[in-house]
Amino acid sequence: MSQVAENQSPLQPSSQHDEVVSPWLDAWRKFRKNKLALFGAITVIFFIILGILSPWIAPQGINDQNMANTLQAPSSSHLLGTDDFGRDVLSRIIHGARISLWVGFLSVVGSIVMGCLLGILAGYYGRWVDTIISRLFDIMLAFPSILLAITIVAVLGPSLQNALIAIAIINVPNFGRLIRSKVLSVKQEEYIMAAKAIGMKDSRLLMKHILPNSISPIIVQGTLSIGTAIIEAAALGFLGLGAQPPQPEWGQMLAESKAYITTAPWTMIFPGLAIMLTVLGFNLMGDGLRDALDPKMKH
Amino acid sequence: MSKTLLQVHNLKKHFPIYGGILNKKVGEVKAVDGLTFSVKEGETLSLVGESGCGKSTTGRLIMQLIEPTDGSVIFEDQSLTELSKKQVRLTRERMQMIFQDPYASLNPRHSVQKILEEPLIVHGIGSKEERKQRVKEMLEVVGLSSYHAKRYPHQFSGGQRQRIGIARALMTKPKLIIADEPVSALDVSIQAQVLNLLQDLQKKFQLTYIFIAHDLGVVRHISKSVAVMYLGRIVEIADSETLYNGALHPYTKALLSSVPIPDPTIQKESIPLSGDLPDPSKPPQGCAFHSRCEACMDVCKTQKPTLMEVEKDHYVACHLYEEDKQFNDK
Repeated sequence: MSQVAENQSPLQPSSQHDEVVSPWLDAWRKFRKNKLALFGAITVIFFIILGILSPWIAPQGINDQNMANTLQAPSSSHLLGTDDFGRDVLSRIIHGARISLWVGFLSVVGSIVMGCLLGILAGYYGRWVDTIISRLFDIMLAFPSILLAITIVAVLGPSLQNALIAIAIINVPNFGRLIRSKVLSVKQEEYIMAAKAIGMKDSRLLMKHILPNSISPIIVQGTLSIGTAIIEAAALGFLGLGAQPPQPEWGQMLAESKAYITTAPWTMIFPGLAIMLTVLGFNLMGDGLRDALDPKMKH
Repeated sequence: MSKTLLQVHNLKKHFPIYGGILNKKVGEVKAVDGLTFSVKEGETLSLVGESGCGKSTTGRLIMQLIEPTDGSVIFEDQSLTELSKKQVRLTRERMQMIFQDPYASLNPRHSVQKILEEPLIVHGIGSKEERKQRVKEMLEVVGLSSYHAKRYPHQFSGGQRQRIGIARALMTKPKLIIADEPVSALDVSIQAQVLNLLQDLQKKFQLTYIFIAHDLGVVRHISKSVAVMYLGRIVEIADSETLYNGALHPYTKALLSSVPIPDPTIQKESIPLSGDLPDPSKPPQGCAFHSRCEACMDVCKTQKPTLMEVEKDHYVACHLYEEDKQFNDK
């Protein structure tokens, strides 16, 4: 052994106290350098805080009607004006942040869980499992997604919860296909062969080795999809299939105010702006995450 | 004499080739075509051959990472080919593998601690503290330091990573280690270090190695016996000394002549191999090597030579020596 010890000495790293850089820490450092992504993240965090604190920071209740004060232009008492029932638009947007983010987040989590499960099974086991799952995805993708969502809501009945379920279902194939293709490449890696050689069960192999190494495109796609899901929820709300009045969901607010687009444009502009900013924030953040998590962009 | 640890009998792996619009089977690659050999406890058998000759496939077949088409693998008097999937998994505690590419064989998202303790977790060995202790010990054994446990693979050099790979293979105290070209991805200077480490570990833990390599020079010192493979078959198998001093098969001779000698004054006879390795899905009729053989005879083009013992423990599959033997018998 002494010979080994001698041979080893030039291989020793310079210092014992070198910093330990985990892959996630490394990604965060790269993300931090990206100004646009940081702006996106701040926007998103701003809306999340708005949503969480809405009951305390909204100047007025969501459903406080004031018939003497309908369709008021923005002023010092109503910063973003009032709608056709005299309700404060700002307060409704703040409460709407909670609903929209909740729908966006939950539906994407639902899609990811279902998509990952199906995608991993298809990618790892291949053969007939893959054929069945992939063809199912193809069928779902053959429908225009919003049409499929409308159909699902029509079957389940219009409500915010059903809109959420519909949005989760229509996004499953996107995630499923993404993770399937990633699993197909990850399972060829030698460390997967090494894990099998150790004598590991399939379940452990999938959860501890294949999933963590396939998940980064899902995180990126997930972030981008929250934006899309918010738009889809707004679209369903606009069509009267999502949130029901008087819930202050942003899309639903747009739908209610479409009659006043010329006379009281603020009732429409501000909810629209809120949707746009949130989606933009998620998109910028998603792009930043993609750059940070892409191994090919290493230094 | 020590007892036989691993016996491989008539091992075959044929990979089907699918093609055409109906995805029908149109042919097959005989990656491994009837291997028979055995390894005794504490010894090293090297499998040598060009790329594509089936040596890595053999390693994986022995580990049961891929299912053999035919034949049997008997490890510690247990036939692995007859065991259930779960039982095979459990035998991996006693047989482990070292991989070729140290950059690809370690999970980039796991720290060294996690990589090394995983075999113990999988086989339910030790408590959390004991495992931690064992990881530290093993890091020292392979010539790294215990504080390396917290780091990630990308923070190490190739040689260091290969030491981690070796440590992982040793965690469960296995008896048999299948080393699949463990040094071919490393610099020459590091190769020597890793080979020395493997030899030291063999003495220390009474390990048995199956050492897969494409370079006869690398395996000379580490192996007790050497098997030379060509297109899925063993063409010559002998004790290391016998093989290096008196190789008989024309293919082995050609391989040996290509090993560089670190002395420029020695002029050695070079036997160049002409042509490429034939398409393994359409191996030549008769002896698979006849298309590149210098001593090719008519019989080589029609009849497959069988592995025959020409001296004690020295087997060759070549018509040249079959005739000799017949001649001598008369």
